Amino acid sequence: MLAYLIRRLLYAIPILVGVNLLTFALFFVVNTPDDMARMQLGIKRVTPEAIEKWKAQHGYDKPLLFNAQAAGVEKFTETIFVERSVSMFAFDFGYSDDGRSISREIGTRMWPSLAIALPNFFVGLALYITFALLMTLFRGTALDVAGVALCVVLMSISSLFYIIGGQFLVSKLWHWVPISGYAPGLDGLKFLVLPVIIGVIGGIGGNARWYRTIFLEEVNKDYVRTARAKGLSEIKVLFRHVLKNALIPILTGVVVVIPLLFMGSLLTESFFGIPGLGSYTIDAINMQDFNIVRAMVFLGSVLYIVGLILTDISYTLVDPRVRLQ
Amino acid sequence: MSEILGVDGLTVRLPNGAAVVDGVSFALRRGETFALLGESGCGKSVTALSLMRLLPDGVRVAGGAVRLGDSDVLTLPEREMCAVRGGRLAMIFQEPGLSLNPVLTVGRQIAEVLELHGGDQASVQAETVEAGGCSRARLDQSGEVGIEVEQRCIELLTQVGIPDAPRRIHEYPFQLSGGMKQRVMIAMALAGAPGVLIADEPTTALDVTIQAQVLQLLRDTQAESGMAMLLITHDLGVVAEMAHQVAVMYAGQIVERASRQQLFTQPLHPYTRKLFAALPDARRGAAPLEAIPGNVPTPDAMPPGCRFAPRCDRAWALCHERAPEWREVDGQGVRCHLYAPEGAGREQGEAAGAAEPGFYPAPDSRSHTLLEVSNLQVHFPIRRGVLQRQVGVVRAVDGVSLEIGAGRTLALVGESGCGKTTAGKAMLQLIAPTAGSVRFGGQELIGLSAQALRAQRAGMQMVFQDPYASLNPRMRVAEILDEGMAALGVGGDSAARQGLMDALMEQVGLSAAAKWRYPHEFSGGQRQRIAIARALAVNPQLLICDEPTSALDVSVQAQILNLLRALQQELELSYLFITHNLAVVEYLAHEVCVMYLGRIVERGATAEVLGAPRHPYTQALLSAVPRVDGGSGQVIRLAGEMPSPAHPPQGCHFHPRCPQAMTICRETYPGETALGGTQRVHCHLYAESVGRAGD
Repeated sequence: MLAYLIRRLLYAIPILVGVNLLTFALFFVVNTPDDMARMQLGIKRVTPEAIEKWKAQHGYDKPLLFNAQAAGVEKFTETIFVERSVSMFAFDFGYSDDGRSISREIGTRMWPSLAIALPNFFVGLALYITFALLMTLFRGTALDVAGVALCVVLMSISSLFYIIGGQFLVSKLWHWVPISGYAPGLDGLKFLVLPVIIGVIGGIGGNARWYRTIFLEEVNKDYVRTARAKGLSEIKVLFRHVLKNALIPILTGVVVVIPLLFMGSLLTESFFGIPGLGSYTIDAINMQDFNIVRAMVFLGSVLYIVGLILTDISYTLVDPRVRLQ
Repeated sequence: MSEILGVDGLTVRLPNGAAVVDGVSFALRRGETFALLGESGCGKSVTALSLMRLLPDGVRVAGGAVRLGDSDVLTLPEREMCAVRGGRLAMIFQEPGLSLNPVLTVGRQIAEVLELHGGDQASVQAETVEAGGCSRARLDQSGEVGIEVEQRCIELLTQVGIPDAPRRIHEYPFQLSGGMKQRVMIAMALAGAPGVLIADEPTTALDVTIQAQVLQLLRDTQAESGMAMLLITHDLGVVAEMAHQVAVMYAGQIVERASRQQLFTQPLHPYTRKLFAALPDARRGAAPLEAIPGNVPTPDAMPPGCRFAPRCDRAWALCHERAPEWREVDGQGVRCHLYAPEGAGREQGEAAGAAEPGFYPAPDSRSHTLLEVSNLQVHFPIRRGVLQRQVGVVRAVDGVSLEIGAGRTLALVGESGCGKTTAGKAMLQLIAPTAGSVRFGGQELIGLSAQALRAQRAGMQMVFQDPYASLNPRMRVAEILDEGMAALGVGGDSAARQGLMDALMEQVGLSAAAKWRYPHEFSGGQRQRIAIARALAVNPQLLICDEPTSALDVSVQAQILNLLRALQQELELSYLFITHNLAVVEYLAHEVCVMYLGRIVERGATAEVLGAPRHPYTQALLSAVPRVDGGSGQVIRLAGEMPSPAHPPQGCHFHPRCPQAMTICRETYPGETALGGTQRVHCHLYAESVGRAGD
């Protein structure tokens, strides 16, 4: 298993370099350093000198990928790409265009993100699996049909509708919780309830239906028939035999997102005014702040790779047939 | 009364109302094995599942009664039914590999039954009934089982012949071989001390030597416990070995019921007789098998009269009009008009033209060699570690040499995992061989460029085992047939190829118009005909047939074997016939090679090798096949199973299982010894006495 992990971590290096290069290329296809300078300086103060000065200050005065003026290896190293990339691998994200440390921002903003994402994830998972198990238990009956119909309806509604509708009903009409905002600690609870509930409801349709399909596939397998032939009741068959086997495909989709929970949700955070990493990313994109965007994409890639490795490890926990080597 | 389970007029319907089981009645007595014999789709498994009330969703029992003691199983509330399942009625299934839960330990799965139905102390606790569920059992939530239960698990595993049981109970199903898994299934069934054991094709998925072990185990346990057994099988050999009473099922009905003795000496129903006649057997010699034309009717399209009438060569007008009544003739029950007053006199007239002797004369034995394989090796690397270094090899095929003459059939026989399929694929260069030589018509194939190899592809084709999986479901038959011809540039332009296809379809016994249909519209036997037509489309000289009939019913198997023989006659084809079925070998092959763990251990003309097998493995293999005539003589039971080709035993590969192993067998692999005639064997038993004929 250790050998496997080491190999997987080694594979991660070329992936990260590639992701970095792609983000870099995509960002600078639509943006030039000049555009960035103009954006930062504001319309009025833009003069060619000011732009050059801004670029020199922020390290954008070099060529992007290839420096024809430099000699030898420096043709490649004396470029924006290399200067900005190498430090990334030490998780040194540098400073945003307004001069703040990105690493410190991430450190403070990940907590609000987690405060929403963690309960959303765990409550959601428990609810979806329970709902799917219930539909499986009553498969073929009217209850099952109604459950599937409900799922399809929930799936078909845009998540924006849940957010806006929830804010209108719960906050504006009934005044149960504030519409948006955030406070640290227990005070923040009232701000978290609505986004978490809306997040969970928004996921029911797709997930419960998907899990139900997985359960139904397992329920028709031969070993389940054996379990019934032993005289186990249907509930015990589901919990002792089907659930663990069905977890194997469910894990594929679930474990991989756990590390990504740090990144928060772009939509929820911006609608509910949560100062997390999701809204941080959205703001950076709007501000054309390359350093932040690149840092977030890099972080996302790292967390995704960690998620994939965690998925593999989780297989060994539920499936005795899997050995990592 | 010794009757333990009685089935009366059981009728089971599909969601569309069609009856898959139609008025089936029989009774099981204590200590007796009752066999339900029939081909796939005749409703025998559905009958078994309805006894357990485990029918698939939508399929329901529409009538009848199942008496178990003084209760009717079909009307019990579900809660009480849970106590019946696994307790009074236990069941084992066909696929031991799929029937065990892959993520629970073997011990855990057996313990579950003990906790539910376990005798003695456990049963006291099991009496408390849980609301809405079944009998409450104490389940240790940690997943560990109590000491007493664990002790009982070990006893059960030991009882079913699993060595080292205390270690095995902590293992998972994937760590056990197929035969072991079936033993675990049996242990699980025995755990509830059932009065009746339902065994649904318990050995169909197993190799013959393992089948012999499992059948022996079932007989022994029955003798010990006195339970009744309902044995569901399609294999007359298994029936001959196991059953006391037999019922033959056809299209959802029992068409004949008799004691084993009666059935094998005097089968009454024409269908039963046909089943016997369709079995391949060496003694039949060159005569073609009596195939039953057509297929079992589907439940929603049953013929109005006798259900077998459309396929019966003894049927007359009455058979097509009125369904025959059940009749008892000398203690033997039968559903056929022949034994009714209306059929009097007809019963004597045996169907004429059953066999045309000499219809398939053996091809000239002095033919030139078409395929010459020498020292073929296929090794798969085992890789480990950070850098995926090769740490070992799986010697799947380890030095196989054989020759096939033009127009001849060579059978490559062996149990699953011996490397026979890999060898076949390597000869076709579908897998790159590691070493050796494959010469086809004098041309060396190994090392040929992809383009040069394509030119040779038309000469040799393959027919695969499973006709359900080997035809692309999204292509019409015509497209399937055309693909190979177009790719290899055989058969001229598109219009000419259409003509060829029509001829091909007729040649394999299908109508030319059927080429516009999709594979799913055909039955298993018809699909295998299509697979053969596909292979023949490019005019090959050699067909490699990989278990072409093992997925088919006996009557359909006979059709395909006859077809293969006729085609050989007509087209001068050579066959490499890869199979585990020795009866098929006897019927079809001129020569036979017996393979064990990647190597050929014995070879020679079929009559010599199967008539007087010399290698202990061949002897055991032959004696393990259940014989329909019952007079099988002494059966050599092999201990254990084939080792992994990644770690072949030192010396002779077979010595750990060989009843005649000597010291030298543990040290060196025996060279080839020529015995009289064409027979050659790799065994130390013959090395000294006969003198070595080259190593």
